[in-house]
Amino acid sequence: MNTISPLAKLCAAGILGIVLLLSLDPVSALVALIFELALLPWAGVPARRLLKIVTPLLIAAPFAGLAGLLYGRDEGDVVASLGPWNITKGEVALAVTITLRILAVALPAVVLFATTDPTDLADGLAQLWKLPARFVIGALAAIRMLGLMRQDWQMLRLARRARGVADGGGPVASLVRLGTQAMALLTIAVRRGSLLATAMEARAFDAPVQRTWARVAMFTSRDAWFVVGAAAIAIIAVVMAVLTGAWNFVIS
Amino acid sequence: MATLSAHEWGWQFSARPAPALSNISFEVTQGERVLLLGASGVGKSTLLRALAGVLGEDEGTQAGSLHIDGATPEKARGTVGLVLQDPENQVILERVGDDVAFGCENLGVPREEIWHRVEQALSLVGLNVPLNHSTSALSGGQKQRLALAGVLAMKPEIIALDEPTANLDPAGAIALKLAVSTVADATGATIVMVEHRVELWWDFATRIIVLGSEGVIWDGSPQSLPAETAVVLEAAGVWLPHKKLPEASRHQGTTVLLTAENLCAGYPDSPVLSPEINLSVRAGEIMAITGPNGVGKTALALTLGGLMPAQRGAVIASPELQGAAKYSNPLKWRSKELLTRVGSVFQAPEQQFISATVRSELAAGPRALGLSPDEIETRVDELLERLHLKDLASAHPFTLSGGQQRRLSVGTALATKPQLLILDEPTFGQDAVTWAEMVSLLSELRAEGHAIVAITHDEAFVRTLADTVIKLGGER
Amino acid sequence: MHATTVNKFRWRTVDIVVASVIGVASGIIFWAWGLAYGPLSAALSATPGLTALLGGGWLFAAVLGGLIVRKPGAAIYTELIAATVSALIGSQWGFGTLMSGLIQGLGAELVFALFLYANWNIFTAVLAGAGAGVAMSINDLVVWYPGVDAGFQTVYVICGVISGAVLGGLVPWFIVRGLARSGALSRFAAGRQN
Repeated sequence: MNTISPLAKLCAAGILGIVLLLSLDPVSALVALIFELALLPWAGVPARRLLKIVTPLLIAAPFAGLAGLLYGRDEGDVVASLGPWNITKGEVALAVTITLRILAVALPAVVLFATTDPTDLADGLAQLWKLPARFVIGALAAIRMLGLMRQDWQMLRLARRARGVADGGGPVASLVRLGTQAMALLTIAVRRGSLLATAMEARAFDAPVQRTWARVAMFTSRDAWFVVGAAAIAIIAVVMAVLTGAWNFVIS
Repeated sequence: MATLSAHEWGWQFSARPAPALSNISFEVTQGERVLLLGASGVGKSTLLRALAGVLGEDEGTQAGSLHIDGATPEKARGTVGLVLQDPENQVILERVGDDVAFGCENLGVPREEIWHRVEQALSLVGLNVPLNHSTSALSGGQKQRLALAGVLAMKPEIIALDEPTANLDPAGAIALKLAVSTVADATGATIVMVEHRVELWWDFATRIIVLGSEGVIWDGSPQSLPAETAVVLEAAGVWLPHKKLPEASRHQGTTVLLTAENLCAGYPDSPVLSPEINLSVRAGEIMAITGPNGVGKTALALTLGGLMPAQRGAVIASPELQGAAKYSNPLKWRSKELLTRVGSVFQAPEQQFISATVRSELAAGPRALGLSPDEIETRVDELLERLHLKDLASAHPFTLSGGQQRRLSVGTALATKPQLLILDEPTFGQDAVTWAEMVSLLSELRAEGHAIVAITHDEAFVRTLADTVIKLGGER
Repeated sequence: MHATTVNKFRWRTVDIVVASVIGVASGIIFWAWGLAYGPLSAALSATPGLTALLGGGWLFAAVLGGLIVRKPGAAIYTELIAATVSALIGSQWGFGTLMSGLIQGLGAELVFALFLYANWNIFTAVLAGAGAGVAMSINDLVVWYPGVDAGFQTVYVICGVISGAVLGGLVPWFIVRGLARSGALSRFAAGRQN
């Protein structure tokens, strides 16, 4: 998985994402999810890291499903009654569908992101897809500082404890604290950004010269097959949904 | 034929009322090694940025002219390479090889040639790591050498360096000097450097240009620097070599305030731990904690300060320090309880600022304690006076100079009168004047009975001030 | 000094890099917001659409980028970077996040475009935030909450607009004021006013 072109991974995640989102049915989502889970071992992500990445998704998806459970359009017999909410069969189906859909769309994206080197992706976007190099590289250089800025965030939190303003006050005070900490991070970020911009210009960035590339971005037939494979999964999912009559175009 | 020539050059930033620099004239020929000296804020960095062609036209207006081989700096991109002061904010890409290649890519160098230059540059600066080594994993000194390699790969005729060792520990500074010497010898490039700690470069420089607010004050070889100019320079904060340091006297501490037992400090997500230490911090004593880069000094400072949990062992406050708090572990104290017991001053003052004016910054701690407005006012005025920040009372903390910010951050800790003060690299990046101010401030605090722990790699600081020295890692 | 005609709408290096780091910082703040208000959001998911009130916490990058850089595409670009970083940190999930970022940014961008990229006052900020809020609501309803009843949809859109206007529009405007006062915006027009 690490040797597949980042652009191919982007396409794969995109195709699956868009196609699955076109329909609101549990079948297409489930079929795709089964394929994705089956292929997961080949992703080359160590189990522990995989769990760490996937867990937030597994937790959050059902909550979104909850909205469907409680507020879906009423269809079918009432299955349960919880306080002010009458839950119909249709709503249960909706909740399950929503949850499966989120999982099926997000899982490949999450995993693919984790196995992609940002510089390689940037190379691909600028060299092969011809996105403006200045923006791609500027974004890349800034995103490289992510680790640094997360450290800044932690230090800002510790600093507030040292300054005596880290605890107490209830939810409103807590919100204000988050706000001032965010403000501090943004100030530090803008200063870092300005310095980085100077450093980049000092290396002749944005000079009126045609840029060359030290690394070659490639898209081989293997990558093409990868995208085809993803498209195949998407198509199979759709076909299964249509065959079982579950296909339900989302804007209806 | 002069490589670099300035003729009555000046620059005024749009936002400022007065020019940053005016009437600068000099000529520098190929191969010279120039040290640019002058007071803080006189505009040395601005001049270097102008040379490199990175001063935006939209930022200000130029007077006079600046030429490199007859061309203006903007047209001569790539002829002047610039290494900046902060190791963190000039790394561009994640892998070492890619970062060094960046300048070449921008200049349109053909691919095969790029990697050839990258290898050469890395070996010249002595950075022998694999090309796919992570740039984030490099030490500060290595990052500076990385920046130098990145500049070198562009094959510049002039290499400008803006306080390149300011944020480095002694080992990193020496390694950088070696790299710069090697590069200068091997390529014959002209070197133009701004530095405060001059003794390191004194034997390297062939020429000194002293900048003042009205123009060039003095221009000549290091050996022929006249005494009067030397005095002016020292008053302006430049560390000239053979500087006499104030005499140090050892003080004996009194009550123990904090002890560390078999303590290993480290960050929560990281497996890396500092070496185990045992220490006792006493009132009226300055303890210096030294050690090589990366050994965990900052983590230790944070742990002693009750901000981070000890990974192994314990931090225990004495009854004297604990006072009315429920626990003896500073980590368990509430944020307000820390204020009057332990003050922590971070390496980066900016991370600690929480207000929009200097005055409210100083008032924040007392306010959190719930003191009366009168008491707060008194304390703040006292501190403003003591720290020479009175004129800046309504300025935004971020607009202060490095030295002023550091004094302010010490002030914010002092505002709540903690018994113990922990400072992380208090003299980092300071010129001679602000260094002396910090030293005398800490001396006074010690005389007043505070306990002070200073994490530092500054040997002069340790020699002048430290009563106890703890060496973390390496030889005892 | 030679005179040059600078295309008013061309992004300088500092524009690109600062917009990008604001995006990155915003992504981190999104994560912190999610941590702090995730539980509240979970609790609100039992209400008919009030979760959208918290949505603004994921929108402010758009207007913030726009107000600082003041060039076409700034709102979309900054929000997109913030969304990408969100996805990287793992607080949101993958492709859907990117799409949301794009659409939300577009909502703010359209408002700025409507004013011909010439107006950068508090009203355009609030309006642009509201625009991002509307875009967010529509995106969420189609993608994450399809099939819910009209009541939910209405509440969701209204809450989205309010949250967008306040958290996604008003707050960024004040942030820019604070940044200007700290001297961080000296290379931007936003730092030279007031």
